[in-house]
Amino acid sequence: MTRNLILGTLLTAFLVGAALLSFVWTPYPTDTVAIAERLQPPSASHWLGTDHFGRDMLSLVMVGARTSIAVALVAVGIGLGLGVPLGLAAAARSGGWLDEAIMRMNDLIFAFPSLVIAILITAIFGPGATNAIIAIGIFNIPVFARLSRGAALSLWRRDFILAARTAGKSAPRISAEHILPNIANLLIVQGTIQFSLGILAEAGLSYVGLGAQPPIPSWGRMLADAQTMVALAPHVAIIPGLAIVLSVLGLNLLGDGLRDRLDPRLGAVRR
Amino acid sequence: MLAYALKRLLILAISLAIASLVIFLVVEVAPGDPASFMLGINARPDTVAALRAELGLDLPVHERYLAWVSGMVQGDFGTSYTYRAPVAQMVAERVQVSLPLALYALLLSTLIAFPAGIFAAARRGRAGDMAVMGATQLGVAVPNFWFAMLLVLLFALKLRWFSAGGFPGWEEPLQGLKALTLPAVALALPQAAILARVMRSALIDILHEDFIRTARAKGLSRRQALWRHGVRNALIPVLTIIGLQFSFLLAGAIIIEQVFFLPGLGRLIFQAITQRDLIVVESVVMLLVFAVIVVTFLTDLAYAAVDPRLRHRR
Amino acid sequence: MTPSLVSKYLGEREGQRPSPLSDRTQSGSKPLLELDALSVAIHGQPILRNLDLTIAPGEIVALTGESGSGKSMTALAAMGLLPHGAEMSGALRLDGRDHGQLSERRLCAIRGREIGMIFQEPMTALNPVQRIGQQVAETILVHRAMPRAAARARAAEVLARVGLPPDRVPPSRYPHELSGGQRQRVVIAMAIALRPKLLIADEPTTALDVTTQAQILALLRDLVREEGMALMMITHDLAVVAEMADRIAVMKSGEIVEQGETARLFAEMRHPYTRQLFEASRHRADLPAPRPDGPLLRVEAVTRHYPGPRAGLFRPGPPHVAVNGVSFEVARGERVGLVGESGCGKSTLARTILGLEPVQAGAITLDGAPVYRHGKPDRAVRRRVQVVFQDPYGSFNPRHRVGRLIAEPFHLLDDPPRGPERADAVARALIDVGLKPEHAEQHIHAFSGGQRQRIAIARALIIRPELVIFDEAVSALDVRVRAQILDLIADLSRQYGLTYLFISHDLSVVRGITDRVLVMRNGEIVEAGATETVFDTPAHGYTKSLLAAAPSLPQPPGGGHADDREPDAR
Repeated sequence: MTRNLILGTLLTAFLVGAALLSFVWTPYPTDTVAIAERLQPPSASHWLGTDHFGRDMLSLVMVGARTSIAVALVAVGIGLGLGVPLGLAAAARSGGWLDEAIMRMNDLIFAFPSLVIAILITAIFGPGATNAIIAIGIFNIPVFARLSRGAALSLWRRDFILAARTAGKSAPRISAEHILPNIANLLIVQGTIQFSLGILAEAGLSYVGLGAQPPIPSWGRMLADAQTMVALAPHVAIIPGLAIVLSVLGLNLLGDGLRDRLDPRLGAVRR
Repeated sequence: MLAYALKRLLILAISLAIASLVIFLVVEVAPGDPASFMLGINARPDTVAALRAELGLDLPVHERYLAWVSGMVQGDFGTSYTYRAPVAQMVAERVQVSLPLALYALLLSTLIAFPAGIFAAARRGRAGDMAVMGATQLGVAVPNFWFAMLLVLLFALKLRWFSAGGFPGWEEPLQGLKALTLPAVALALPQAAILARVMRSALIDILHEDFIRTARAKGLSRRQALWRHGVRNALIPVLTIIGLQFSFLLAGAIIIEQVFFLPGLGRLIFQAITQRDLIVVESVVMLLVFAVIVVTFLTDLAYAAVDPRLRHRR
Repeated sequence: MTPSLVSKYLGEREGQRPSPLSDRTQSGSKPLLELDALSVAIHGQPILRNLDLTIAPGEIVALTGESGSGKSMTALAAMGLLPHGAEMSGALRLDGRDHGQLSERRLCAIRGREIGMIFQEPMTALNPVQRIGQQVAETILVHRAMPRAAARARAAEVLARVGLPPDRVPPSRYPHELSGGQRQRVVIAMAIALRPKLLIADEPTTALDVTTQAQILALLRDLVREEGMALMMITHDLAVVAEMADRIAVMKSGEIVEQGETARLFAEMRHPYTRQLFEASRHRADLPAPRPDGPLLRVEAVTRHYPGPRAGLFRPGPPHVAVNGVSFEVARGERVGLVGESGCGKSTLARTILGLEPVQAGAITLDGAPVYRHGKPDRAVRRRVQVVFQDPYGSFNPRHRVGRLIAEPFHLLDDPPRGPERADAVARALIDVGLKPEHAEQHIHAFSGGQRQRIAIARALIIRPELVIFDEAVSALDVRVRAQILDLIADLSRQYGLTYLFISHDLSVVRGITDRVLVMRNGEIVEAGATETVFDTPAHGYTKSLLAAAPSLPQPPGGGHADDREPDAR
């Protein structure tokens, strides 16, 4: 199934490329209002049309990609950075109080969907893109903790870990030296999936006003702005949504392709 | 079985206790004094103090927490700062929209996902499987609120089969259900795509198990083995996802309500946030978390019903 | 499980009623199953080549050979259950009908009704969420052979027949409530519920303990005799073959290299491969004479228990005692065997000696120094003990190169060798176990099972430990490779005067590689003594029953060793 990998890589490269390009160049500036040109359908001068302020949609989508990537990437980083060590620690102390505490804490976080966390944070600090990052990031912690604990547990039962223990190596050292490299593929695959979920979640939070605030362009906010204009100019609603769908699709295909390629079935050996 | 259920119940109680504490403490550290917020910046200090006393804000933290919790247990969620109305009553009205919406979506999602997942697994690698997998790949990538906007565009604005939003209430159940149909479909389809994928891969994993080969050796056809031995075993991972999906659907319902202008918990909580009506925020959040924790508990019980091995565990 | 099972059902043998389900003609000469130049290829790669084999009603025919020889594939071909992409040529006839010509529908009607099959792994062969009675009744119901109530009654009857009477193991049980042997009985009950003409058993006892194995084999033999079924028995174990089969077909790389009546085949052994298998199965390593020299390992009244399943929500249940007050000594230069069935505590004992698990009572000392000091394993003591595990596939981190894998125990040294010194040590270790220094650069997946066990031994010996524990170290290997590894251990003993504790469930292996043996049961050592004495004149009842249950090879026809090194060289 290398088709998945190729298509996924292309779409993801396109997304990242557009975001990077927007730092140095966009077809039109995104911070100037041109009411005369508002809500134009896609045309030769504005490939994706214009929004209700007359801004170029293509430029907005490019800059919006930045927000999506930044939020999703940092959120995955939080999940990986905190979740994986917790999961590895829980597996190393499997059955002990630390394991129990970490897993119960995970269950508890699962009871707080990212939206609820975002609501709570907004209630304290007011809305902002950081909220989205923290909310999605916190929700990613148990995802990675569970994944790495489960995978690590099955490795801890393997004889090569026993061999490392008879060589006198400590649990943290074994986790770093033997467990982590063997679950890395799994984490990469899950990482791309969480990345795509992060983009979806950021869009949702921005849509209801709990994410990125003006003047930072964001796909979710573009959709919120478009809502009252759907009947007049469908393209303002369709285009940001398509941007989300293609990005998420690309990352998911990439994840599937990587899974097929890396085969995260732990240490799968040809017998 | 009883010991298992009791243990789950204990975990449920502990989770609720910790969750309520977390929510209370988070709201506690939120800046701004509700009393002065309610009375405006020009209020006299003694009026503010009086209101604080009335709201119980001058009591020590732990007393207020206990009062909040014991109030909730008795169905008293406090009084909204802005509306000056009992929160319980406001929430009760809104829940009548949000909860049916989430359950409707859960039902739709399951009804779509099960046949699709089983169909794809049974035809693994063939055209039918490819088609289902392609559709789900797309479905997983679609944000539900955007999908909702497209549904409005097509079915409400173009075809005029449904109204674009609003909710007529439950006096006429069919009308109420109709008003929730587009939102429920928008919520359900992306979740159905995820669930169908899980169902398919769980089934395919199980079709590689030894006991499926045993069943084939008994003379069951591939299809019989799939239905009689595969599906029930596949339910075990699928139930996990259904349990998790409920929390996504509930959160998703809150967002979708914005698209359809539904008077649900979503509108209540977003208004409360902008008006810094923290007691409402606190209560609605607690309610959402409560719902998720209860559903997790029910999922655990469903596990035991499906898997006899669990019933005998501590 | 009752050992008297067989005698209990002896009464049923007389006056065996004709099967009401099928009218079978017991014409002795006409074959029931006939493989006629049967070949199978998967995705173009040949798996089975030109098999000719017949099985007559009431006959037990064994297919034997090492892993990958195509035994199981033959069974699947007979069932019509070949994997996707398999192409069959030649003919496979049951009662004259060629399976290759039948539709899937017709094959479904034959499976379960005319052919029953028993699999190797009883732990996974049953649906975990369905009651055993239901699973047995399903065989009957899927063929619409009886109404539901009658099927349920028949299921209970068959379960009783295979040794699971309703008063002790009711049909309402779930698989997880049964032991491995009991589960295998359920699988057998499913296979024979409709009295098929042919029973196929694919390594039916390989996953079971030796006493359970004897019971299951006896059950199978009785079933065949009583019901007039034919049995195709697939096993790698020549001793089992010798005890069970009327005829034997020896397979190698997808071909039958030799077949014939059991007694004659063992007497003649015309094909060299048959001879190799036979020699390797009864192989005794040439162990140098022991030179015991003062006590090295002392295990004194060691007890290890685990928290048991909780009795109530907060009430801990009784602990599970894995090792119960075990005491023994191993002298320097001594080779001690530790035998027992699965779950007897032998591996737990090994892990406590290695300092991997704490003990609740007693003391383990090496040369007087305790393995545990202040609740932690002592590094200085630990570096004097190393281990070789069972699974050649799970014993190595697949991401590391062999050199790094072998050098891992250097971590125990205060001043481990570095650079060229370390490379030298790794090269020497590899040469010691019969591999080449350049193998250090390769990843573990490039090696065969036997080579991996050599690497495991190299890893254990690299820091020159005073005691090596072999925990089922040859149990996962094919017989010929196993013989070579045993020879290697003997060679290393000669070279370095090893002291080791050799743990195995396999009595014949322990006999050939140890001076003294300990017999363990339920966490306790029930008998200890010089290996030959214990095997020739066992004192404890349990040892006697173990030895009696172990199937044995016939006496060799006379002739030299044919223990070549072929399978391990790659």
